[in-house]
Amino acid sequence: MNPTLFSLEGFAGLIFLLFIAISILGAFIATCSRRLIRSVSGLALCFVGVAGFYYFLGSPFVALMELLIYVGAVCVTITFAIMLAEPDDRKLIRKNPGLSNALSVLVGGVIALGLITAVTSATWNVVNGRSKVVGSLEQIGMSLLTDYSMVFELISVVLLLAIVGSLALARGGRDRGSRVLGRDPE
Amino acid sequence: MLDLSSQLSTYLVLGAILFGFGIFGMIRRPTLIGMLIAAELVLSGASINFMAFQRFTAPDPVVGQIFTLFIMAIAAAEAAIAMSIIICVYRNYKSIETEDLVDLNG
Repeated sequence: MNPTLFSLEGFAGLIFLLFIAISILGAFIATCSRRLIRSVSGLALCFVGVAGFYYFLGSPFVALMELLIYVGAVCVTITFAIMLAEPDDRKLIRKNPGLSNALSVLVGGVIALGLITAVTSATWNVVNGRSKVVGSLEQIGMSLLTDYSMVFELISVVLLLAIVGSLALARGGRDRGSRVLGRDPE
Repeated sequence: MLDLSSQLSTYLVLGAILFGFGIFGMIRRPTLIGMLIAAELVLSGASINFMAFQRFTAPDPVVGQIFTLFIMAIAAAEAAIAMSIIICVYRNYKSIETEDLVDLNG
């Protein structure tokens, strides 16, 4: 079944191709751009594409959570880290790259290619005839509060610890007097 | 070409590509923030796989979404902790390049 371009399925397929392009382009920008603020923007772009995949996978709730948490919170947090830590633009690329550039391409490429050959050569028992929207928001809520309630509680403890821990870590040294955050005058 | 969105292997290949980009960036970047960004790519590649399997093969259609939500919570906690660690490191070393943080190098 190959839908024609001008049908509804064909249009959805085009949008899916657009999401693929967005996410791969975003991942490329996130890893290859020189300045960190651009790579955060690339990361946000990539997450928009990933949210599109989640929508196509039949769970709009997780897609919206992806937008809300990753694009809205994680990228903003990383942006704050960039603004507070003020990375030196001249040092963003290694001065003596040595083998690290070639090695990173090699390792990343080998891992990606290995995974791709593994998943394309394997046979999966795909459950046929499942409706498009699987696992509605109501079902997610029910199982979060019944089957997975312990994990739910644990994750809330983890988040609380993360909040308290990051506050404690970032606060240390603030009362040491006149030390100014910023570049040294040297 | 246009019915890619209804095949399992499309999503698995996309997850593998994002994972590979993440590993690539983690090795290539000389700064802590760049490595954090690459780690987020790795996590999103993993969660694409979870979502794809729950859509196409899992008997219980909710597990994958819940796992993805948990991965998101872990990633948010990780980003918050990493940001405060980066601020701490910057305060002590005036730098966030990994090559400058060699006090334990021996």
